Amino acid sequence: MSNILVYALHHDGAINKNSLGAISEASKLAGELGGEVHVVLVGEDISDDVAGSVGTYGAAKALRVVAPAGVAQPVVDAVAKIAQDGDYGYAIFGGGLLGFEAGAGVAARLGGGIAVEITGLRVDGGAIIAERPILGDSEISEIKFKGFGVVVGRLNAFELAPSGSAVAVEDVAVELSAASGKVTVVTRGEQRGADVNIEDAQVLITGGRGLGSPENFSVADGLAAAFGGNAAVAATRAAVDAGWFPYAGQIGQTGKTVAPKVYIGLGVSGAIQHKVGMQSAENIIAINKDSNAPIFEFADLGVIGDLHAIVPALSEAIKAKKG
Amino acid sequence: MTKIVVLVKEVPDAAVQKHIDSSVGRLDRSGEKTLNPFDTHAIEAALQLRESGALDVEEVVAITVGPSSAQKALHKAVSLGADRSIHLTDDALAGSDVVATGYALAELVKRENPDLVLAGQQSDDGQSYAVGAVVAEHLGWPALTQVIKLDVDGQTLTCERQAEYGYDTVKVELPAVISVGDAINEPRYPSLKAIMGAKKKPLETLSVGDAGIDASKVGADGSQAVWQSSKQPPAKSAGTIIEDEDTAQTVEKIVAWLDERKLV
Repeated sequence: MSNILVYALHHDGAINKNSLGAISEASKLAGELGGEVHVVLVGEDISDDVAGSVGTYGAAKALRVVAPAGVAQPVVDAVAKIAQDGDYGYAIFGGGLLGFEAGAGVAARLGGGIAVEITGLRVDGGAIIAERPILGDSEISEIKFKGFGVVVGRLNAFELAPSGSAVAVEDVAVELSAASGKVTVVTRGEQRGADVNIEDAQVLITGGRGLGSPENFSVADGLAAAFGGNAAVAATRAAVDAGWFPYAGQIGQTGKTVAPKVYIGLGVSGAIQHKVGMQSAENIIAINKDSNAPIFEFADLGVIGDLHAIVPALSEAIKAKKG
Repeated sequence: MTKIVVLVKEVPDAAVQKHIDSSVGRLDRSGEKTLNPFDTHAIEAALQLRESGALDVEEVVAITVGPSSAQKALHKAVSLGADRSIHLTDDALAGSDVVATGYALAELVKRENPDLVLAGQQSDDGQSYAVGAVVAEHLGWPALTQVIKLDVDGQTLTCERQAEYGYDTVKVELPAVISVGDAINEPRYPSLKAIMGAKKKPLETLSVGDAGIDASKVGADGSQAVWQSSKQPPAKSAGTIIEDEDTAQTVEKIVAWLDERKLV
């Protein structure tokens, strides 16, 4: 039970960065466990080059299953079948929505355990120990598994570590479950709203639900304009789902990962799903009237107050300062 | 006629400091409790499916697994509009992990045989995002999470959600387990009358044995993911906090902070 399965999410001819991180991490662990990493890819149009490239992050095998991509059920069918037929102790999923869904399904089908939002993995006594931050990241629980273990990483938790070279691709036939036949992807990856660039900005003014309305993004625009030059406006998932801001400008779990010099959150609560996309910012500033907002736990400067009063005055003051 | 089951959970009140019982590594759930706020979106979604006529909903049933105090979460669920509720409570369930809890919930769902199971996107405490998918797997049904738009046409749901690469539109055949995102709706507030009447709506309390649940698959012994120990994360220096009392002064302090770090 020493081999590790990793599911690699792919879209548009590229493997997800978080999946490559999971493969890299699994390769280190497999070395210590004396086993191999085998990667499962599920899709209808995955090329040999894309599938085989998992070898360059340390995978010994690329197992390709031809089935619909973009939903969890076929992934559960594929990973569970391969795990049952082979000698595997663990399945690891990179961060992302599909990882939670498919990981949970695999754990349930195999009667195993699951640990999610994992930020660290290590081998101790021949078994994998998973580290899971809890209670707003104020404490870390260490989790082990009695039987088959499913690990779902936190977004950006595992670093990419190239090692090894491309491997040959094995096609594996998997019979899909009835549930897989009941889910159909109609459209995938639709970009809603304008194409805005937030990844290159040095100063990011981020609007959250606390802005109150789409019109109030003008407050964020005003602050970005005051910083001038390399400043841009971004948003949280809540603001984007409400239709206040384009999807391309979203930070977090299902959006972009950014690391600006200055991050200023306006009415941003700082949920984990947002934090994972911006915690590498050098200086984190939060302005929010809710003193219980989790963002105050990790902001370098937290301002508890009404952003609608503070921000326009702050914009003027910064403009004056810059002369 | 269709029946909707909504999975709900009792969680510590967000305004109350949560902590871990360091002897067993489980969340100390002894403080003030409330209905998981994310679950109110699932109840609202069920009510809107009924009120819009999108589904001919005969009944909305809220179910939960938890200690005796979890009854309060069910009272809240029926005050929001569920017709009745089911409470699985048993000492044998203590220490169940997400897979064991999902198995127990699935057994409750089987007893009700609904057409649709709705859940919130995550619990406010455990935050595993996983229970809906576990329940679906035990039922052999499809599952979809983080759904923010739900349309019904006969036995087919058209669901929209935000995933890794943008917005996805996915069709799902009933029966299914759907976890809704918090952007799907604005949950209504219960009326005073509904709050007063909540305790009069049917509430069935079941033990593991009553529900036909295999006791060896639940509780700490029946769980495969095991808490081993806790540790502190690397210390991060605490940030500066400004409580705004005078806008001009606050702005001055922010600018000074930025200036010290040569950020303006």
